[in-house]
Amino acid sequence: MKLKFFVDAAAVLGPGLAGWEAARPILAGSARYVPADLVLPRLEALPAAERRRVGPVVKLSISVGLQALEQAGEACDAVPTVFTSSTGDGDVINEICSMLAGSDRLISPTRFHNSVHNAPSGYWGIATGSHSPSTSLCAFEWSFSAGLLEAATQASTDHESVLLIAYDLPYPEPLRGVRPIRHPFASALLIARARSARSVAACELRNGSAGGPSRMQDGNLERLRRDNPAARSLPLLAALAGVRGTEVLIEGTAGNTLGVSITPC
Amino acid sequence: MHPLVFSRIAIASSAAVGIDATVNALRGRRTGLAPCAFETVRLQTCVGQVPDAHLLPVRADLAEFDCRNNRLAQLGLAQDGFEEAVLEARERYGAARIGVFLGTSTSGIHSTELAYRRRDEGSGALPADFHYGATHNTYSVAWFVQSYLGLCGPSLVVSTACSSSAKVFGTAARMIAAGLCDAAVVGGVDSLCLTTLYGFGSLGLLSAGYCRPFDSGRDGISIGEGAGFILLEKPAPKCALDAVALLGVGESSDAYHMSSPHPDGLGARLAMESALRDAGLAPRAIDYINLHGTGTPANDAMEDKAVVDLFGRETCCSSTKGWTGHTLGACGAIEAIISALAIENDFLPGSVNTSNVDPAMRLRYLLENESASANRVMSNAFGFGGTNCSLVLGRA
Repeated sequence: MKLKFFVDAAAVLGPGLAGWEAARPILAGSARYVPADLVLPRLEALPAAERRRVGPVVKLSISVGLQALEQAGEACDAVPTVFTSSTGDGDVINEICSMLAGSDRLISPTRFHNSVHNAPSGYWGIATGSHSPSTSLCAFEWSFSAGLLEAATQASTDHESVLLIAYDLPYPEPLRGVRPIRHPFASALLIARARSARSVAACELRNGSAGGPSRMQDGNLERLRRDNPAARSLPLLAALAGVRGTEVLIEGTAGNTLGVSITPC
Repeated sequence: MHPLVFSRIAIASSAAVGIDATVNALRGRRTGLAPCAFETVRLQTCVGQVPDAHLLPVRADLAEFDCRNNRLAQLGLAQDGFEEAVLEARERYGAARIGVFLGTSTSGIHSTELAYRRRDEGSGALPADFHYGATHNTYSVAWFVQSYLGLCGPSLVVSTACSSSAKVFGTAARMIAAGLCDAAVVGGVDSLCLTTLYGFGSLGLLSAGYCRPFDSGRDGISIGEGAGFILLEKPAPKCALDAVALLGVGESSDAYHMSSPHPDGLGARLAMESALRDAGLAPRAIDYINLHGTGTPANDAMEDKAVVDLFGRETCCSSTKGWTGHTLGACGAIEAIISALAIENDFLPGSVNTSNVDPAMRLRYLLENESASANRVMSNAFGFGGTNCSLVLGRA
């Protein structure tokens, strides 16, 4: 069973990967990858009052999504979204669990509503004014492939196009000790049912491929791919960046491998 | 959409464990709510707690998944011949052709709350026996259920607060339509924890007593816990004519506020309209609406507005959260099951705990159970972040 879709735009934010244009030659292998701390962009799209309430998770995920739409020249107030993340907001979870372990359990209401896994999706609606459907997924280590499956099936059934946003950030201690993610990473793909002038690649997805997963040639990028569940998108991003026809294998749940064959448009 | 049959359902909530007991609790109007005595929580509110005695440790080969949420999932799976029905479907379709799509809001975070009390005094490290991925992580419940049932098709958790386990029906319908699986275990599981109790408390959204949806004196929610599972399949030729099926799913976003619904119910209305469109039905075709009906002043007021704008004032409506409490990420699945039971048993549940319907509410709110055939039912689930999902169920 193969699922066909087109990629109309891609975006990335990670250590040494400061946006798609800057990251593209690195991912394509024509420029050297130099790891560097990610500087989070300011999130101008949110009203000032909301901007003060949000942390890095919301800033990173919304920024990368808006970058993909900007690249495709797509308005942000209509496209359905699929958010996928293993960790959610680790800072907020840590603060809440720390408070609840003590005798003073008066947690902050803002922190509580920011603790929901769909907080980035909620702020996305506020930032863009979009009433379109939005979902928020988790599949632990395999969150990226779960998000890609959901987005690809949405594009083949309910929606003409859909924006997939994958993101994960390091937990603070002590959760970091049991869930070590060292670097923040986010990527976004604008996926479409039909080919258009802006399509970058035609893709065919198959669940249950043999072998895999695909690895990054550069040692540092490969470490990043393994470090952060959202960075499991790196081999797919690399194929898109290099305009290469290839098949990329991505780890899925229950030992499945997702195969994505990519043909440049 | 093409209808998908509820070929087996299973439920465990504070109101009752199992289908027959749930029907009896609904008919007998017995609430599962009681004053909160959960763990070390000191809050003046009621909760819908499943008795700890029912929550047995998870199967030995899956011991690292052991936590309150997965125990509750296991209790649900053990009801009503559900496991057996899935195993039979596994024989028919193959383990790789059955998806697992579950909703939860807090998963096993209660394990982390407890582990934080046992942090190492020197290093601050969490105890060695704490299994993050198998308990706290949002995916844990789908990972556990998939492992428990020996399935290996696509699986994921939808975590969109209180719409989570309504939205999984949309995911399952799309995955089946796209050919990625032939059947799906969908459902929702959420369990009591300090995060939601103190969190909703901090927002002033907890009722001081029993939640009273649509009552003029309503003062907030009663948090509940529960598990609901549905085996969804394409209708087989031999399928019983009166089997309940999923007929439509509608999803939308409020784009308004993180913890308050749109005051005019704009997102709610969009979700209901979209579900009707998906089912190919007009509003008048709906016989009963199982409301989100949380019992907060804001939710019930906006839902009233949205329902009346779309359906008028004649459609029978009620919230069943007076029985189960607000089971958060599980309410979509639990209330889809209650809606299915209303269809199968020809009765409409009237709200418990509510005594004086708010005169400002204009929809037709049922206070008493009614015997009536309900062939087409809508079930609503709305959540933090302005996420909305409506389902349409009916005879296949």
